[in-house]
Amino acid sequence: MNRRDFLKNSITVIAGLAVPLSALELVNPRSLLAGKGDGPALRWAFLVDTQACVGCGFCVKACKTESEIPNEINITRTWVERYVVTRDGKTFVDSPRGGGDGFTTDHIDLNEHGRQEITAEKIEKAFFVPKLCNHCDNPACVQVCPVGATYQTPDGVVLVDRKHCIGCAYCIMACPYGVRSFHPVYKTAEKCTFCYHRITRGMKTACVDACPFGARKIGNLRDPDDPVTKTIMSGRVGILKEQYGTKPQVYYLALSREVK
Amino acid sequence: MVHGEVWTIKELFVYPNEYIYWTIQIVMYPFMTGLVAGAFVLSSLYHVFGIKQLKDIARFSLVFSFALLPVAMIPLQLHLQHPERGIEVMLTPHFTSAIAAFGIAFSTYGMIVASELWFVYRKHFVETALALKMKRSKSLAERGQYLLFSALTLGAWDISTHALEKDERGVKIMATVGIPVACLLHGYAGFIFGSVKANALWTTPLMPFIFICSAVVSGIALCVLCYIVTMEIRKLIAGWKRKNDPSLPSPAELRTVEMHEVTMTARYLVVALLAALGLELLDLLFRDYAKFSSWEIVRSIIYGKDFVNIFVIQYGLGNLVPLTLFLLPRLTVRRAVLGTLLVLMGVFMMRWNLVIGGQAFSASFAGYMHYDLPVIPHDVESFKEGLLGALLVGVLPFIFFWGLNKIFPVFKCEE
Repeated sequence: MNRRDFLKNSITVIAGLAVPLSALELVNPRSLLAGKGDGPALRWAFLVDTQACVGCGFCVKACKTESEIPNEINITRTWVERYVVTRDGKTFVDSPRGGGDGFTTDHIDLNEHGRQEITAEKIEKAFFVPKLCNHCDNPACVQVCPVGATYQTPDGVVLVDRKHCIGCAYCIMACPYGVRSFHPVYKTAEKCTFCYHRITRGMKTACVDACPFGARKIGNLRDPDDPVTKTIMSGRVGILKEQYGTKPQVYYLALSREVK
Repeated sequence: MVHGEVWTIKELFVYPNEYIYWTIQIVMYPFMTGLVAGAFVLSSLYHVFGIKQLKDIARFSLVFSFALLPVAMIPLQLHLQHPERGIEVMLTPHFTSAIAAFGIAFSTYGMIVASELWFVYRKHFVETALALKMKRSKSLAERGQYLLFSALTLGAWDISTHALEKDERGVKIMATVGIPVACLLHGYAGFIFGSVKANALWTTPLMPFIFICSAVVSGIALCVLCYIVTMEIRKLIAGWKRKNDPSLPSPAELRTVEMHEVTMTARYLVVALLAALGLELLDLLFRDYAKFSSWEIVRSIIYGKDFVNIFVIQYGLGNLVPLTLFLLPRLTVRRAVLGTLLVLMGVFMMRWNLVIGGQAFSASFAGYMHYDLPVIPHDVESFKEGLLGALLVGVLPFIFFWGLNKIFPVFKCEE
C-alpha cells in the first residue's frame, strides 16, 4: 500500500467510525427533560440592589441569628462590603466583622494596617455591596468535593451535608467568592443556604426579611411573573466574577466596576 | 475562634471568611508524595533500564519508597477537620473531584510497590524461614520471626534458578508499570492544585509536570542522602568488624562503591532539577508575559512579599547552588551531602511557596494573608497544623524505614 492509499483508507475508516460513535453520546435525562419544557419548576435566584443598601448590617445579624453563629465568631454566611473611591482614583474596601455592626465611622478597616480615616471631601463615590453565596449553576465547590458532601438541589441551591463532610477545605479553596468557611462547632464546610429551610416553606430568607430597604430579594427564575425574574430578565443586572465560568445566580443591580 | 483564625494575619481587604485553611500539612503532603514517587523512579532506573551502576541504591530506594508511602497519607489525615471520615474518600468517592482519585492512585501504587518488594525479597524470605526452621531450639522471638517470614513467602517456597528468574521478570514488570503510576500519583497531586481556577497562583496546566519533576528531584536527593548516611555508618562498623573477620569489605572498598553510586545518581538528579527549574521558570515567564487580571496581586507576592522565599531560598539556595555543587568536577561525599540537603530544602520551599503563597493573597485581589506558623502548640489544632505536626510527619518515614529494614534488609543481600 502506498502512502496515498494509506491516507485515503484511514480517512474512510475514521469517517465511517464517526457515524456510529456519535450515536453513543450520553444523554443527560435532566437536559432532555428541560428540552421538553417541563424541567424543574423552580430555580432560586437572588437579586441585590446595591443602590438601596445603606450598610446597616441588619441582614448580617439576622443571618447569624438564623444560622446560629454567635456574633463574635469571625465567619459569616453573608456580609456587607463598603467601597470608598477617592478623588485621586484609589479604592478602599472594608467589611469589619462582616459589616454586621453597621458602618458607623468614616475610618476604613485595613486589618493589620490599622484604620484609615477618609474625610468626606476626599470621596468621589461610596456605596455598599452585600455578598452571599452565589448558588452557581456551575458550582466549583460541588465539583471538587471529594465525597459529594456538598451538592446542588434540583431547584439550584448549593448545600452541605454536615454528616458527610470530611473537612478537607477543598471547596473553600475552589470558591472564587470566599463565601465558604468552617463551622466552629460542627467543623464542617459552612455556607449560605438561601435559608433553604425557610424558602421551601414559602417564607423569605432571613436576610431578605431583615432588610428594611428592600435591597435583597429572592425569587424563582422559572416563574416569568416573579418580580425578581422580571427585573433580572429586563433590568440591567450584573454578576460577580463572570470569568470563572461558575454562572452565579445572585444578580446585582447597579454593580460598579470596583466591586471585587 | 474559627479554624484558621489563630495563624492567619490579614492585611488590607480580605473577605470575612478567608483564612489560611491549607497549612503546613498540605505543604508536607506533596513533599512526602514527591519523595515516594521520586524514590520509586530512582529504583526503577536500575530495574527497568538496567542501569547496573544503580544496583545498590535501587534496592535502598525501593524500601525507602515503601516506608514513605504510609506517611504520604498522614498529613492529609492530620489536616482534615473530620479525620474519622477520611476513609469516605475511598468509600464514597465523588469522581468529579480531583481528590476522589486519591484512593485509587494511592492503593494501586501501594500494591505495585508491595508486589515489587515481594519479588525482590522472596528469596530472602524463603532462606530466612528455612534457616529458622532448621534451628532446633527457637526462642519466642525466633518463633515469631519464623512465622512472619513463612507468611511473607505466601506459600511460594521454590527458590530454584528458574523460579528466581521468574521473580526477576516480575520485578521488571512491576517496576515498569510502577513508573507511570508513580508519576500519576504525584502528577495528580499537582492537578489538585493546578485545577483550582479560583486560585490565581495555582491554576496552570503545567502544575502536574512541575510536580513530577520536582518529585523526582526530591526523591533522588533523599535517597542519595540516606544512602550516604547509612554507608558512612557501615564504613564505621566495617572498620570495627574487620578486626575480627578480615573477609568483610574494607572501609576503602565501601567508599569506592559509595562514590560510584553517588556520582551516577547525581547525574540523574541534575537532569531532573534542570527540567523542574525550566518548567517553573516557563510558568513564571508566561504569567509575567500574559498579565492576566490576577497578575498584579500575584506579582506583588512573587516579586514582593515572598521574594526571599522564592528567589533567594528556593531558586538560589535550593536550585542554583546545588546545581553548581553537582556540576563541578570531582564530586565529594561532603559536597553531595550539602547538595542533597539544599535540594530537599529547595523542593520543600517550592511546596511552601505554592501552598502558603497561593493563599497569601485574598480572592478579592485587594488584600493579603500571612501564615503565622504555630511553633509552640497550645491545642490539638495548633499541634497538628504547626511545626511539631510537620516534624512528626518528617520523622515517621525514618522510623518506618528502620522497622522495614528488619524485614527487607537493604544491605545484607549483596554482601
